[in-house]
Amino acid sequence: MSNGTATLESTLLSPAEKQVQRPPLVLNKRTMAWISSYVSTIVESDTPRWWWISIAITSPIALLTPLLLCYLVSTGVGVWGNNSPVAWAWDITNFVFWIGIGHAGTLISAILFLTRQKWRTSINRAAEAMTLFAVVCAGLYPLFHVGRVWKAYFLAPVPNANAIWQNFRSPLLWDVFAVSTYFTVSILFWYTGLIPDLATIRDRCTTKVKKFIYGILALGWRGANRQWRHYEMAYLLLAGLSTPLVLSVHSVVSFDFATSVIPGWHATIFPPYFVAGAIFGGFAMVLTIMLPARALYPQLHDMITPSHIDKMCKVILLTGSIVGYAYLMELFMAWYGANPYERDAFWYRAFGPYWWAYASMMFCNVISPQVFWFKWCRTNVVAVFVVSMFVNAGMWFERFVIIATTLARDFLPSSWGMFHPTWVDIFTFIGTFGIFTTLFLLFVRFLPMICMFEVKAVLPEADPHYGEEH
Amino acid sequence: MSNFFPRWSNLLPLKLLVCLTVIGCGVVGGIWYYFTPKYTRVGYQPDQPVPFSHAIHVQQLGMDCRYCHSFVEIAGHSNIPNTQTCINCHGQGKIKSDSPRLAPVQESWKTGLPIPWVRIHKLPDYAYFNHAVHVNRGVSCYSCHGAINEMSVVYEAKPLSMAWCLECHRAPENFLRPFSEVFNMNWHPKTFEQQQEMGLKFKQEWNVNPPVTCGGCHR
Repeated sequence: MSNGTATLESTLLSPAEKQVQRPPLVLNKRTMAWISSYVSTIVESDTPRWWWISIAITSPIALLTPLLLCYLVSTGVGVWGNNSPVAWAWDITNFVFWIGIGHAGTLISAILFLTRQKWRTSINRAAEAMTLFAVVCAGLYPLFHVGRVWKAYFLAPVPNANAIWQNFRSPLLWDVFAVSTYFTVSILFWYTGLIPDLATIRDRCTTKVKKFIYGILALGWRGANRQWRHYEMAYLLLAGLSTPLVLSVHSVVSFDFATSVIPGWHATIFPPYFVAGAIFGGFAMVLTIMLPARALYPQLHDMITPSHIDKMCKVILLTGSIVGYAYLMELFMAWYGANPYERDAFWYRAFGPYWWAYASMMFCNVISPQVFWFKWCRTNVVAVFVVSMFVNAGMWFERFVIIATTLARDFLPSSWGMFHPTWVDIFTFIGTFGIFTTLFLLFVRFLPMICMFEVKAVLPEADPHYGEEH
Repeated sequence: MSNFFPRWSNLLPLKLLVCLTVIGCGVVGGIWYYFTPKYTRVGYQPDQPVPFSHAIHVQQLGMDCRYCHSFVEIAGHSNIPNTQTCINCHGQGKIKSDSPRLAPVQESWKTGLPIPWVRIHKLPDYAYFNHAVHVNRGVSCYSCHGAINEMSVVYEAKPLSMAWCLECHRAPENFLRPFSEVFNMNWHPKTFEQQQEMGLKFKQEWNVNPPVTCGGCHR
């Protein structure tokens, strides 16, 4: 926004109109050319030293997961701590944890797109990438939880010589469809959005090999008017397809628990509470990876502005409060329902041997985000980062509390037990963080991290009436 | 910007798509056809030490299955007859005792070592099958072994796959027959309607309730 317009607006607008002026989405009056060249330079320039150091750390960690999964398959499920009565343990906890994180990307890209929230443009690409990587981590767990992973195709309704057909009344099967649909649509959505930017990179490439690779990835995009028309329609349709998925996927995940008859799981509040928790945890993870990326590429501050962080913090505050409400409502329903088993389940959660997990969950998810009521906390990146780490941990504890503590108390006192993770459990989980960060580092290095053409479209210059005095 | 990709590459994605579709369908169809028990097992006819002909013994001479497979009604396993059973008729000075084709039987009778018959019908260890339960509830030898009375050398006639087991376990009325005809390999219902009518009656009268849960066979 040029100085001329600013003064013009300040004279023409009434005080009430001035009040609703939104903060600019791109700071420092960056031009369209600057955006293209800066974002492309991240991909084109020599690999920075910090990138090599980071990937040298994360990729060995990432290797832990496949190695330990090989160990699991070759030795047997006994290497995990799952045992009667806690048959669903860290594997399902980590599955729900990662799939929950995957929700922010689609929310940002689909729902905020349909509701015309322009601030999504500079963060949607990275958030969607994060979604995909989180779903990759999530998908590993149920796959290996089935035990004989080479028989996992039994989950798909394929005619076979065993005449086995899936039980369509089982929420576990709905889960398979929900998660695989989510992954497919998310990857299509992400890739469709990448095409124009890949073409930009292709056109700027200097070497033949790069031109060839990015040329193939760009699928022959020329930026023609007709192509843009098709692109806009495809993107809109995919946004429409993804929007119900944001709500449905985690609802279906919650059905895994809610449709059972286990006290502590059998609750109608589960679907909305899970969805809110997923968005909550997802936004925390977006911040957890965006803030370091923004620190490493200082000029990203112009596109991922304090106002963006502020808005994401507000989403965290809102969804965190919904989650807190759900926790309290669960306790209330246990008391008000007067079912002794339900009451016992919640008493055990809060005051049993797993009290520390419950207390951590309450502190991290309910209390810590409340600091975002204060604007100072929403604009201080260190505070935001600390709270987002708390939320990441809290959301893991939530799933652990729901799964492990509920199963630890079976119906018969003779079947009560505790879950203890083995070293394999622990390092497999740590490995998934390695996979996640390695994939994200590769993404930052080889693909445009910011959606260039969309950010250009939210510049004041993109407004057809820009600079006109009417 | 110059054109980096030549003109012929415009149709390349379409061509690749068509090729991949054809290959994909071919792979699926091939696995479907060639890697199912129907293809890999049916027709298995190994060379036996003695070319024992069920066609001669059952069809021409009218022997009962239970003369040789004597435990089929009372045991889970249907036994292969021991050499003694053969010797009852083929002993020294009796039927064809000098035939070179029967030499392994005579040899076995002398040495006391069993004839090394090659097993044809083999279920995996994780599948439980009980012959007695089936033949005592109106399931004929014919239903699983085919027209064994016409085989000069036995071969596997049915796939013995799980889907094939379930064909009957899910609808036993299509296969049940009167007790008197279980070992009669030449008895066949006149029409399918007659089979069903009869089968439903037997199913109810004999309380035939075949398991279709995993634990029924995978115990």
